[in-house]
Amino acid sequence: MTISLFIEQILNGLQFGVMLFLMSAGLTLVFGVMGLINLAHGSFYMIGAFAAALFAELTGSFMIAMIASFVAALFAGALTELIIIRKIYKRDHLDQVLATFALILLFSEGIRWIFGAYPLYLDIPNSLSSSFNLPFEIIYSKYRMMIILVGIIIAIILYFLISKTLIGIRIKAGQNDREMIGALGVDVTKLYTIVFSLGAALAGLAGALIGAIQSVEVGMGEPVLILAFVVIVIGGIGSIKGAFVGALLVGITDTMGRFLLPSFFSYFFDNASATSIGSSIASMSIYILMATVLIFKPSGLYGGKND
Amino acid sequence: MIKEEKLNLIILLVLFVIPFLAYLFNEPYLTTLTTKIVILSIAGIGLNFILGYGGLVSFGHAAFFGIGGYVTGILASHAQNSEQMFFFLQFDGSNQILFIWLISIIICSFIALLIGYFSLRTSGVYFIMITLAFAQMLYYFSISWPAYGGEDGLSIYVRNVFPFFNTMNPINFYFICFTWLLIFLTILKIILNSSFGLVLKACKENEERVKSIGINPFKIKLISFVFSGAITGLAGSLYTDLNRFVSPSVLSWQMSGEIMVLVILGGVARLYGPILGAVFYIILEQTLGGISENWQFWLGLIIILEVLYARAGIMSLFLKDSKS
Amino acid sequence: MSKNSILIVLLILIIGGGTYYYLDKQKKDDVVKVGMITTLSGGGSGLGIDVRDGFLLAVKDYKNIQVVVKDDQRKPDIAVQLADKMIQSDKVDVLTGIIWSNLAMAVVPAAVNQDIVYLSPNAGPSALAGKGCHKNYFNVAWQNDNLHEAAGGYANSAGYKNTFILAPNYPAGKDALTGYKRFFKGNLAGELYTKLGQKDYAAEIAQIRASGADSIFFFLPGGMGIGFMKQYAQSGIDLPVVGPAFSFDQGILKAVGDAALGVKNTSQWSKDLDNEANKKFVSEFKSTYGRLPSLYASQGYDTGMLLLSALGNSSISDKDGFRNALKVADFSSTRGKFKFASNQHPIQDIYVREVIKEGDILTNKIVSIGLKDRSNAYVDACSLK
Repeated sequence: MTISLFIEQILNGLQFGVMLFLMSAGLTLVFGVMGLINLAHGSFYMIGAFAAALFAELTGSFMIAMIASFVAALFAGALTELIIIRKIYKRDHLDQVLATFALILLFSEGIRWIFGAYPLYLDIPNSLSSSFNLPFEIIYSKYRMMIILVGIIIAIILYFLISKTLIGIRIKAGQNDREMIGALGVDVTKLYTIVFSLGAALAGLAGALIGAIQSVEVGMGEPVLILAFVVIVIGGIGSIKGAFVGALLVGITDTMGRFLLPSFFSYFFDNASATSIGSSIASMSIYILMATVLIFKPSGLYGGKND
Repeated sequence: MIKEEKLNLIILLVLFVIPFLAYLFNEPYLTTLTTKIVILSIAGIGLNFILGYGGLVSFGHAAFFGIGGYVTGILASHAQNSEQMFFFLQFDGSNQILFIWLISIIICSFIALLIGYFSLRTSGVYFIMITLAFAQMLYYFSISWPAYGGEDGLSIYVRNVFPFFNTMNPINFYFICFTWLLIFLTILKIILNSSFGLVLKACKENEERVKSIGINPFKIKLISFVFSGAITGLAGSLYTDLNRFVSPSVLSWQMSGEIMVLVILGGVARLYGPILGAVFYIILEQTLGGISENWQFWLGLIIILEVLYARAGIMSLFLKDSKS
Repeated sequence: MSKNSILIVLLILIIGGGTYYYLDKQKKDDVVKVGMITTLSGGGSGLGIDVRDGFLLAVKDYKNIQVVVKDDQRKPDIAVQLADKMIQSDKVDVLTGIIWSNLAMAVVPAAVNQDIVYLSPNAGPSALAGKGCHKNYFNVAWQNDNLHEAAGGYANSAGYKNTFILAPNYPAGKDALTGYKRFFKGNLAGELYTKLGQKDYAAEIAQIRASGADSIFFFLPGGMGIGFMKQYAQSGIDLPVVGPAFSFDQGILKAVGDAALGVKNTSQWSKDLDNEANKKFVSEFKSTYGRLPSLYASQGYDTGMLLLSALGNSSISDKDGFRNALKVADFSSTRGKFKFASNQHPIQDIYVREVIKEGDILTNKIVSIGLKDRSNAYVDACSLK
């Protein structure tokens, strides 16, 4: 194993991590502010990817496709919030689980109805399809580098949005005391719609960015949703900082596990069983990470209250 | 609009009669389908015990359902092939269903003890996710562990043997499952009305108060969790015998979700809620599946309407004194 | 909405469903009932839809064949229950349709033991080809190893000496790599098992780059393969790629895009195969469904044609005669030559195809024959003669 391969894998972990952050940011805010468990968050990821694929085909422009993904998921999020979600904020978590589970069925089959059963085409623009040559003979994809940058920029924007602006202060106040900010004359309903739609839009953007290098198909959102839940639980629910740290931890653990464990086991077993055992444990690694974190910190790394 | 006890009785009566009607009209598949409903009900009742009464939302009950299923499959396949199970122990598995049930319950209880011991340190959403994490570990392990078929699953071809009954006869097997349902309903009713049940419910309402009267809520919750895991595990064991097949899909998070959906759909913290939930879910799956290729869309729509308008589950639709 | 109205809606649903269910299963006499269990919803449904459409296209003019199609949701337990329903309640004579090996393993052994004939339009797990073969089980597609074996054979003839191979960590993935290695004579630069369902292959591609391989073989069905091919093309590595047809078939090529251009893949069928049956199939499929047929559609169609040929030469009430008629395989297959080995799996040519562009549409053309008259590695383990 060379140093350059090792660094390349760290970058891959980082890229996976910031993508998970885009997914988790909305999820953690929606839970922190509104106390809503949203299983349908993965559907916005899928909607974003499908919107991007559609607009990329229509216009041929990658930029427009990305904007379309953001806008489409924003609208889908707002619509869902207005029609269904706002009716279940005050409900039991269990009702929320059931309703948003049903939304998954609705969105997945709805999309399949419209776009058909086969995956759609979405590719990255030519200008980003080549690789950088970095020092130490590291070769790294421009597109993945761009994902890392976009993710970090959005993380910084979110951080300022929440700690420095009026809307952020309201969101934070809402996390601490829901009745209070209502009493202070803040339009809570509007605030909720904004937070929910923004979260959905970020998920949609993540779906489009990732769909371009993976595949755009029905059901693409649920595996990522599970990972996003892992992230926000590790980070501590409601904390943007926690989501960021958690996302990077999960991204790097998963990537490095897949990379290192098979070669680690090849010291003990023959090659075939080493790769097999190594990859089995690698696929469990993030869940082992999460269980370990929760055993020692029952409300996640940055979770204030145990809710 | 009727009293809950009466409704419960009707539910059991209907479940009792269906296989006879199925026999009369020469519809053996209806019996198989109802058997599935009964087995999923048992799994749901197990989950409802901690979810409904103890407020512990486990998103990892597929772990127990799957382990029960795999214990059954593994014991039976060893018995069929006369293969020694452990290299140090002269034991070839078994196809005696009574023995298999016993082992399933013991192993599931043990696993539930482990998972519960670690998970119950957390609460709320963290508890939901840590139980999911344990189930996911088992799921990925089962997929990549080649000895028992991995993702391909494990076929046992014939059901395990019950003394004096031919379990391959759908009606016989149905009544074995139905008896288990009655047994668990009875046990749970007794427990819930006992002082243990009261403390468990109190843990859901106010843990501090339970502590103040000198009871350790962790212990109460752990015992309940183990009991719940054992019930769901037994359901898993029956499910393997029903299908004569087990695969990692019974350990997947979708399975956990499905059991949870049955419970919530029927009505949380109602003993018979999961049964009604299972009936409703299976009927929808069967009828919508026959009508439209996009049946999951309609299923989603119906569930959403149910959540928005039938707030306390389907049970509450039938009841006069709807408690929320 | 009041409680009463919800109750009424529920009751209507239940009664309506029951009636539908009852009418649905009314069996007419003197028809052959075929039960098709296949994946029609969720991920991977494209394959099931193609198999169904291909099969229905083949049998559409035959009024005495009644086909019951049900969605297995790609869940083995659902598939088992559907099989129970079709056998116990619909009283089908023939079962077919299953796409995935794990679902086939759940359904087939029990079904064939109840004297139901099963015609496999896609899955061919080794367990059903060797010791577990059965007189009622006919595979019309391929034994699972076949396409991978042909890829190994092609790699030899292309002069590859040092190949990097990867597949998901599940039984079919392991079979795939075994199949490849059975024919490939060179060295392995690396052998990787990835997580089932994984879509991001950055880590694996980095390892490929570092491995010094001269070629790559992969088996990553569905969305996994789309992700791999796109990321591989973006990585700038310029090594030749070989794979089975699954990742380069008609339904999926559009999603892979130009990244797939030039890739060699192995298949027992191709749209441009020059025979009468295939020309008829391709044009009829296009005009009926408005899209190009896929590998899976051709397998569904061949399954239908095989069934028709056997029904033409025998009667379903005489099970032995029916089985013998199936075994003769007296039909014109879309792949040209087709005959059954003694374990009732095909003996057929496996072609090497290349992904090309016809106008704007990506598709495949045959470049050579990978393995001629290939049977399978499990014939001797099967007791059928």
